[in-house]
Amino acid sequence: MDLSFTPEDLQFRDQVRSWIADAMPAPIREKANNGGSYGPDEIREWHRVLHDKGWIAPHWPKEHGGTGWDVTKRFIFGEELVRANTPSPSPFGLAMVGPLLIQFGTDEQKQRFLPKILSGEEQWCQGYSEPNAGSDLASLQLRADRDGDDYVLNGQKTWTSAAQFADWIFLLCRTGSSGKKQEGISFLLADLKSTPGITVRPFLTLGGTPAFCDTYFQDARVPVANRVGPEGGGWGIAKALLGHERTGIGGIGQSARWLALVKRIARETPVGKATLLDDPTFRRRAARLSMRHRVLTMANLRTLAAAQLGHAPGPESSILKLAGTELLQEVTELAMDSLGHAAQGWLGAPDEALRPFERSVASEFNYLRASTIYGGSNEVQKNIIAKHILQLPSH
Amino acid sequence: MNFALSKQQQMIVDSVATFVRDDSPVERFRELRSSERGWDSAVWRKMGDYGWLGIAFPEEHGGIDGSFVDMALILEQLGRSLVPEPYIPSVVLAGGLVERLGSADQKRDLLQPMLAGETSLALAYVERQSRYQVADCLTRAEATGEGFRLSGEKVWVLNGHAADTLIVSARTSGDQLDRAGVSLFTIDPNTTGVRRVAVPGMDGQRTAIVTLDGVIVGGDALLGPLGGAVEHLEWAVDRGAAAACAEGQGELRELLGRTLEYLKQREQFGVKIGSFQALQHRAAEMFAEVELCKGAMLLAAIKADAEDDNERRAEISAAKVQLADGGWFVQENAIQLHGGIGITDEQDVGLFFKRLRVLASLFGDADYHVDRYQELPAFAAE
Repeated sequence: MDLSFTPEDLQFRDQVRSWIADAMPAPIREKANNGGSYGPDEIREWHRVLHDKGWIAPHWPKEHGGTGWDVTKRFIFGEELVRANTPSPSPFGLAMVGPLLIQFGTDEQKQRFLPKILSGEEQWCQGYSEPNAGSDLASLQLRADRDGDDYVLNGQKTWTSAAQFADWIFLLCRTGSSGKKQEGISFLLADLKSTPGITVRPFLTLGGTPAFCDTYFQDARVPVANRVGPEGGGWGIAKALLGHERTGIGGIGQSARWLALVKRIARETPVGKATLLDDPTFRRRAARLSMRHRVLTMANLRTLAAAQLGHAPGPESSILKLAGTELLQEVTELAMDSLGHAAQGWLGAPDEALRPFERSVASEFNYLRASTIYGGSNEVQKNIIAKHILQLPSH
Repeated sequence: MNFALSKQQQMIVDSVATFVRDDSPVERFRELRSSERGWDSAVWRKMGDYGWLGIAFPEEHGGIDGSFVDMALILEQLGRSLVPEPYIPSVVLAGGLVERLGSADQKRDLLQPMLAGETSLALAYVERQSRYQVADCLTRAEATGEGFRLSGEKVWVLNGHAADTLIVSARTSGDQLDRAGVSLFTIDPNTTGVRRVAVPGMDGQRTAIVTLDGVIVGGDALLGPLGGAVEHLEWAVDRGAAAACAEGQGELRELLGRTLEYLKQREQFGVKIGSFQALQHRAAEMFAEVELCKGAMLLAAIKADAEDDNERRAEISAAKVQLADGGWFVQENAIQLHGGIGITDEQDVGLFFKRLRVLASLFGDADYHVDRYQELPAFAAE
């Protein structure tokens, strides 16, 4: 057991750090320094910058465009991105459908999709939840009826994050209705932009932005060649993906950014002749969250290290989702408290009226109430832990 | 960066686990807790023979040249059955300081026999008013020409009732709260003027109140720099905190395991109570906290050997708070989920509960570590 960085690791860290400093386009750097939130264009731009450098998918196998870094280098790279407060590229292609295609896709599918996931040329979204299939995902009803070389899709997906910006959707649909409900589910890839019969309708969340969409399918034809895995084998693929999803979804890097922002706000906020950061009650809350963040960083490292040894992210990653999102929400709550009256600041306030974070904190605080719900609600994570790790009995 | 145990570490873990299972089940602790000494010198000797006491010490002083992590892995196993021999007080606290500060003679006379399990040591650094500030020291040592004369009172001296040698902090200059002016002395408890009163603890272990009334020692009793003990005491107490996190991990694993076993076996309303979702979720939360404690404990153990004081402090404080808060969640719910049986002395869960609660208060409680953490560069730099 050894957590120290070798001289080579430290050299790598310096190299990454100075590259990020040079590579960040000026408008992004400005937001990174001022605690603003990034829009879809900035996220795409940063995606391109990382891709041009060959650093967009460090966790992918080298032959598919990964960097070939070991777990230490990946950890260092992730920490440096957080440190520089860069935009985070969308996870749906890079972290979710990409690794899944590498694991389960045909050669044709890999050649067709992976390069454009890497380049960011095609953006993805996830079609899992439906109005009547949330935590009980296996009860999903989007119908896919076989007709020649196509499936014909009818039904609705919801909570499809960022579908209005996406080119493709990976989705779970029902191709059979006999046997257990998990057995009739298949995994398809659909072209959102050019398939007739697919309609995307964004809706506002508490954050005041259209972060999620309803996606409707009316006689939408998807080629059978776009099925991943066997017909009726979609549930197993979805479960494998949930493991990948949970490791990143704890938002541990996000919490680090928020902690830094909270302290910056507190430092700049006068209280009498001192600042909010000098207030003992506030400091204690911030310190507790910072310490908990350290503990979660270590848990994350242990999961990464296990993955390095070839263990797929298993149910243990549920812990990261559970504790990570709780921490993230607590940090955003502290950020709100740090703002005082400015906590009511909202999107659209004129530039000169408010500091950038006085517009964005409340929006993100509200939006992130979703973090304990998305990716399998925290209650579902507890069910997974109880059943699969602790092996507690069912009724 | 690598999290896997080495082959040698795995061997040590296996051998301590076997010892704990076969030779030191919780029943042995139960018997010893009502004895005068509270632990067994024959077992201590055995632990010395196996090399477990000297694991993290250099070979030239009877050690095995291992790391703090090796020691933490041993402590975790010892915690699984509440092994009462004085590992933390004698090896981690006092042993660590003698190794760090001692002269060749002091190491030969104090360290070698202790690491062999022939003797035990204790560190007397707490006073009634000092709480967690090791510099807050009223005990005084006056120079006498050939040596020192010590007077004062030390409390909550872990293993102080049984130790063959006491290491005592005393002020050689300055005022009560000054960081400078505190020194360490090695004292034979049989010296005239030393009085020890054994105090039973809620965890079944013993501490002592040690009063020094004009105790005369020679100049060679000084351990480390005259007047410069505080930073070394802080180092030792930090390693005590890391050791508490390591031992605590063993107790937490037992509490979780025993609670899960109970949930799978106890029936009410005609079903196993572990099938109730309210209890399943509680168990899942307990599991998460135990895992988080484990990672934090490993990081604290790694950083216990760090050159940089602040790096060490940040991780050890984070781990100690995780033990105190996350560990507490596990403790209180282990009792709660056992129901009425959980509050009987007959059930082992209560014994683990009590030991963990003592560990939470030793070497700085959560509030102390939260406040200390705020003053570290790591917090300011975030």
